[in-house]
Amino acid sequence: MERNAVNREIPSRIDGYGSTDGRLFEGAFARKPSGYRAGAKIRAAIPNGSSKLSGSVKEAVMASGLKSGMTISFHHHLRNGDYIVNSVIQACSELGIGDLTIFPTALFDVHKAIIPHIKSGVVSRIMGSDNGAIGRLVSEGGLDSPVVLRSHGGRPRAVISGDVHIDVAFIAAPMVDRMGNISGRSGKSACGSIGYAFTDAQYADVVVAVTDNLHGYPISPISIPGIYVDLIAETESIGDPAGIVSGTTRVTRDPMRLLIAKYASRLIESSPYFMDGISFQTGAGGIPLAVTAFMKEAMKRRDIRGSFGLGGITGFFVDLMKEGLLQKLLDVQSFDLDAVSSIESDPNHIEISADWYANPWNCGAAVNMLDIVVLGATEVDVNFNANVNTEADGMLLHGIGGHQDTAAGAKLSIIAQPLLRGRIPCVVDRVHTITTPGEVIDAVVTEFGVTINPRRKDLLNAWSDFTYARDIPLVSIDELAERAGRMSGPMEPIRAADRVVAVVEWRDGTVIDTVRQLEK
Amino acid sequence: MRRTMLYLPGNNPNMLLRGHLFEPDGLVIDLEDAVSASEKDSARILVREALRRGEFGKCEVTVRINATDTPHWRDDIAVVVSCGISGVRAPKVDNAQTVRDIDEEISAVEEKSGVPQGSTKIFCLLESALGVWNALDIAKASPRVTAILPGGEDLAADLRTNRSKDGVELEWIRRMIIVAARAAGVDALDTIFPRVNDDDGLRKEAGFVKQLGYDGKSVIHPNQIPIIHEVYAPTEKEIETARRIVEAASAAALRGLGAVSLDGRMIDAPVIKRAEYTLKRAGLDCPKEG
Repeated sequence: MERNAVNREIPSRIDGYGSTDGRLFEGAFARKPSGYRAGAKIRAAIPNGSSKLSGSVKEAVMASGLKSGMTISFHHHLRNGDYIVNSVIQACSELGIGDLTIFPTALFDVHKAIIPHIKSGVVSRIMGSDNGAIGRLVSEGGLDSPVVLRSHGGRPRAVISGDVHIDVAFIAAPMVDRMGNISGRSGKSACGSIGYAFTDAQYADVVVAVTDNLHGYPISPISIPGIYVDLIAETESIGDPAGIVSGTTRVTRDPMRLLIAKYASRLIESSPYFMDGISFQTGAGGIPLAVTAFMKEAMKRRDIRGSFGLGGITGFFVDLMKEGLLQKLLDVQSFDLDAVSSIESDPNHIEISADWYANPWNCGAAVNMLDIVVLGATEVDVNFNANVNTEADGMLLHGIGGHQDTAAGAKLSIIAQPLLRGRIPCVVDRVHTITTPGEVIDAVVTEFGVTINPRRKDLLNAWSDFTYARDIPLVSIDELAERAGRMSGPMEPIRAADRVVAVVEWRDGTVIDTVRQLEK
Repeated sequence: MRRTMLYLPGNNPNMLLRGHLFEPDGLVIDLEDAVSASEKDSARILVREALRRGEFGKCEVTVRINATDTPHWRDDIAVVVSCGISGVRAPKVDNAQTVRDIDEEISAVEEKSGVPQGSTKIFCLLESALGVWNALDIAKASPRVTAILPGGEDLAADLRTNRSKDGVELEWIRRMIIVAARAAGVDALDTIFPRVNDDDGLRKEAGFVKQLGYDGKSVIHPNQIPIIHEVYAPTEKEIETARRIVEAASAAALRGLGAVSLDGRMIDAPVIKRAEYTLKRAGLDCPKEG
């Protein structure tokens, strides 16, 4: 057992994960890449040879050469509407293929259908975000091997550097031509960007595009070229449109969330980054969307024009671009129909891969050009460490997403959230799980005011000089934790066993924390 | 200033802890309609704890007690007045005697708990035709009375009508109450605007009562606060005039002059007071008198 740079005890060996020797978190920017990129098997599609069309999902699984013990990957652009993970696992089960490692970019509640296949041994290991029911199963010790959690940037880094090798990538494809060129931009299951699937297509030994929308050769525009794609499976529907996109882009009317958003927006406005060319990522969800709305008002008031919006893109961002407040959108994930329609029609709305978005080990990650990011967290502690993975009861319920990457990349990273959710404090002395170290979190904004990390003296000075900050309280993180504790009363400690059920990797592949099995 | 007084349900710890964060001028912690009969005792304890904690920012803190025809009002006064609040909001005040009864009860509690005599004010809710008719008597019934307010739903029912979108049924009531309030030298505060998503309707109604002379409105949703403050915000021209009046008055005071004129017009105490109030509403400090 050794302590890493954020003082977490990490076992020197974790069953099902391996040795942590040389892999302890050392600091947000400490570990540097070395060596060469990993590669996929070289293969060729023979001219005039056999077609890539391989029939059903099950037939494609057979044609792919998938065997027990292999690693298969998926993307989560169809979110809670995805049918492909479930249908591939079902096919594997029918074909007697087991002991699989699944390597999704994220799993959602819809994927609870694979739980029986976890119990029966078809799936023995998960490396990817687990939202909802599967997270609950993991927390209770339902998997033999620990889940490995990686950020949106950490995942492609792991593939490219050879930490993870994908045997077969199954890519849910809203639009495909006969040569396997893929686009997410149109079709009945259109999801816009399919940025999370790019690296899988490039680095898997076998790539299967699964589609409900097959076209003649070639389609345009092409997101993932058919040069990477081996097989095409056809199915009636790859996803439920209702689960793929969330329709709401209305700004919340919840007064507390509006208040927090107003404070966060003021903090952004007070910062040295609020000037022409500003770039930001605010994502979806009540508070971030409201922050964007307040920023829009401030940008108009002070005649500021931004350069780009990043990350998961909503219709609200599309409107900012249409109004000339942003010049470009860099889109790794399109959250709603407005974003889907914009990426299809506007050349300034640019699809980017997860590698391009957030990988710490490449030469041009977009997060490194980011000025501002507004994030959430289930908890933040007095050292500004943030937990986005586990809930107050210790249950693993959320993935990392781009949290680590954007916090590390942005010049100003803000966690904006209520001080309490119900009676559960969100600012505490010690977070249950460290997802993102305080080293890269610059401020916390709650309904009780603005809290700036003391190491950011420049932000503190800017705030004290800022006229619009006059009526907004500046609160220390210790005061916040003390207030939260006073409001919530004492919390019952989480009772966890020693067994590690999930490993939280920092984006550079080191272990920043582990999640232990919950005692029943 | 009482431009906005936000109702907080007395049984909702979340709102009791956070209501002041939305920066209304005042808070009205509600032990009456927001709290069911079976919850009266527990809500009173919750409110007592919140009052003892005393974290309400710069807000004026008041409590709406139960009406004097219920068994709860004496317990309410005993608990909340002893915590040292700015005032009680008394519902269903029909006549001066009700005010005198409440005054007596408050005096006894102030005496017993060491709260300065007379410090707890009374805000009278006039929720019947009789109460409105007696507005002047009610406003003058005790020096504790600091404001009178028209009721909303109850008053409409007593008038044998209901609340309409344009509020025509309350139009003359509002006019009567402002006249009574000014005659008695107390504040006139308007009733709540019930449609929380109708920002334009609220803006229109607030503009109307402001023009009548009302000092502010009761508020049931935090999102209504900035809208009303915006309506009550003085114009640039009003601010400039007020600034000149206050400056001229303080310059005159420095020179020991009692009366002063500006642009050929006499400035007397009420004009100065009004100008100071305008600057306050604009969020500006008045220059200190020498």
